[in-house]
Amino acid sequence: MKARHKRFGLIAAGLILLVIATVLITKSFRSNLVFFFTPTQVEKGEAPKTGSFRIGGLVENGSLKRLPDGLHVQFRVTDTAKTMQVVYKGILPDLFKEGKGVVAEGKLGTNGVFEADQVLAKHDENYMPPEAAAALKAAQENKAKGKVI
Amino acid sequence: MIPELGHYSLILAFFFAIVQGTLPLIGVWRNNKRLANLAVPAARTQFLFIAIAFLSLEYAFYTDDFSVLYVASTSNSHLPLMYKLAALWGGHEGSMLLWVSILGLWTMAVTLFAKALPDSFRIRLIAVMGMVSMGFLAFIIFTSSPFERLIPAALDGRDLNPLLQDPGMVFHPPVLYMGYVGFSVAFAFAIAALLDGKLDITWARWTRPWTTVAWVFLTLGIAFGSKWAYYELGWGGWWFWDAVENASFMPWLVGTALIHSLAVTEKRDAFKVWTVLLSICAFSLSLLGTFLVRSGVLTSVHAFATDPRRGVFILLYLVVVIGGALLLFALRAPKVGLGEKFDVVSRESMLLANNVVLAAAAGSVLLGTMYPLLMDALGAGKISVGPPYFDAVFVAIMAPGLFLMGLGPLAKWKKASLPEIGTRLRVAAVISVVSAVLVPFVMGKITLMLVVGVFMGIWVTSTTLILLRNRIVARQDTTPNLVDNLKGIPLAFYGMLLAHLGIGVFVLGVTLVKGYESEQDLRMDKNDVAKIGNLDFKFDGVAKIQGPNYESAQGTFTVTSNGKEMAVLHPEKRFYPVQGSVMTEADIKPGLVKDLYISLGEPLEEGAWSVRIYIKPFVQWIWAGAILMALGGFCALADKRYRIRNKKTDQDLKAGEPQEAHEAYSA
Repeated sequence: MKARHKRFGLIAAGLILLVIATVLITKSFRSNLVFFFTPTQVEKGEAPKTGSFRIGGLVENGSLKRLPDGLHVQFRVTDTAKTMQVVYKGILPDLFKEGKGVVAEGKLGTNGVFEADQVLAKHDENYMPPEAAAALKAAQENKAKGKVI
Repeated sequence: MIPELGHYSLILAFFFAIVQGTLPLIGVWRNNKRLANLAVPAARTQFLFIAIAFLSLEYAFYTDDFSVLYVASTSNSHLPLMYKLAALWGGHEGSMLLWVSILGLWTMAVTLFAKALPDSFRIRLIAVMGMVSMGFLAFIIFTSSPFERLIPAALDGRDLNPLLQDPGMVFHPPVLYMGYVGFSVAFAFAIAALLDGKLDITWARWTRPWTTVAWVFLTLGIAFGSKWAYYELGWGGWWFWDAVENASFMPWLVGTALIHSLAVTEKRDAFKVWTVLLSICAFSLSLLGTFLVRSGVLTSVHAFATDPRRGVFILLYLVVVIGGALLLFALRAPKVGLGEKFDVVSRESMLLANNVVLAAAAGSVLLGTMYPLLMDALGAGKISVGPPYFDAVFVAIMAPGLFLMGLGPLAKWKKASLPEIGTRLRVAAVISVVSAVLVPFVMGKITLMLVVGVFMGIWVTSTTLILLRNRIVARQDTTPNLVDNLKGIPLAFYGMLLAHLGIGVFVLGVTLVKGYESEQDLRMDKNDVAKIGNLDFKFDGVAKIQGPNYESAQGTFTVTSNGKEMAVLHPEKRFYPVQGSVMTEADIKPGLVKDLYISLGEPLEEGAWSVRIYIKPFVQWIWAGAILMALGGFCALADKRYRIRNKKTDQDLKAGEPQEAHEAYSA
């Protein structure tokens, strides 16, 4: 009898732990999902006003400017339909180039400027970050639709 | 000509894999000795042809044969020889060939060293490995042959990605694959046991060394990769929770659980079904990892759409292997039986908890890795799961596991007493609590994470040392001489101590570097001095350097502390003209208590540069911990009860096992 009680206790404790763990994991999971938006979506106001998200597209040619302190940089990201201004403090990754794909993670500032705390450029020179490619494609499709209407 | 020879050999190897994977099974089933005995020669011939294919491709790389599409896309005539040869696994097709070659190597090893197994079991084992190989070879031949010709031939190759031009590229992938693929042996053992319907202590004893070898390789492979990312990517990070890294980490977690569960199966004839399930899971995750990393699915889920054959094949293969194994498991597991019973407080129950913790950790990593892919595939938008998720969940799950690591090895099999364990661990508890408060206090910054981390690191380390002390004391009456006493303790026990110490060292490294690292982005003119703590970093300027296939701007930094020179560092910014790409090469002064890490950003006006300086305290402990774990694995392998024996002595062994060896894992 005693052994059975013990086993029951063990199973109950295990189940309770499992439930707690699942709740904690899903909670942490939800709060750490980072969503992606194209510049067009950001312009439409679909992006969160507070909190982090990702944007992607091409670095507009001729838009890269270095501020006098040598560490802050400004550039514009475009999905060919809409464009947005980005500021970033720090060293840009090796593959960051004007006219190439880029993905940035950060927040929307009060003045509509995207304040990036991370600029991602993937490992391969020819490789367009998938999010950036998706942004360009979406913009193209919208344009096509616009013409029909 | 040679590439065609390679391709042809690969096709022959495929046929031999079919023979190896089917006929011997029929032979064992129908009691047909002639068919059954095909297993070994078929396996060896298959390996021979795979080896020929592998060498043919290496030859194409060696001779810069740019009429081979794969060579033209991953190599270049100016590439140093070492990287030309390593470029074989620089892309999808070659990686698959490396994978199947290593599988051949493992199968070969099984035919050579697993002689003590009963014939029918050994034949089933080899046949299962043949089936795995069959699928992989078909995948290579039908969808991703590295021998495809490029007509007309390219004048020169597109070059290996500069990021991969590093000694890490030579070692990391083969070692990692040795680990991944090594779990196929444990998998084959499990499947063969299910087919056999028999799973006992001897089965566990046969399986253990193979699993341990695979685990050692995987541990080293992951550690190599992490170290490589640390110095090569130039961001000073050592783990990014990137999908590629997670792909290798999940089999490691499950493999670690498997090693512990196998110990229980061998010692106590318990956890049998669970052990089999873990063997299947470890290899399934290895397969998943291989495909995740190498199929292009990470770049885009729609990579499948551009080459649907590959995607469909991969999915089909995963379904057949994993689904088939699980189906067999469902049908046959009841026959294997659960095994011996044990008390709620016992070493078995603690190891069970360890297994649950490791499996939960693997599950949460799997969720974070696959969820974005799944959402994207369902068209639900692009999502990424941030590293904070992994950090938080992982720490929360592993902390109780680490705590149990201190108790488990001290608990008795079958039934243990908590108060007794508590008494033995008083000292360790005191040491851990004191250092958890003292260390952050001395370092000048206290956070909850630091306190918990230091506590866990010291707890694991000190309880492990107490384990050794207890062992020595227990033997003191019979062997008073300390040297004899130490010599008499089985190697497997030392192996466990080393591996657990490795975990302790690793936890301390991670905690301290996360808590106390510093990072500074600076704009530096020539002769500028940056002061960080008591260190002065002087920028002596940049010089132009010509490498074998790149041009480089090399900076010079002199680091002094109170006027005393500590290090001179030369970080570089390299330009690789073939791919037109720029690479940051950081320079690091490694140390026991801290690393000094400098990377060059971009050139600014008038010889000034943007510069990033990191100080990384105790970061080397992370890899030192991993190396200790691997050493522990080696040590356990060298234990005399796993030595290769011929059949006769193996029988003797079963009759009268030396008591000492049996006690290896007991306190």
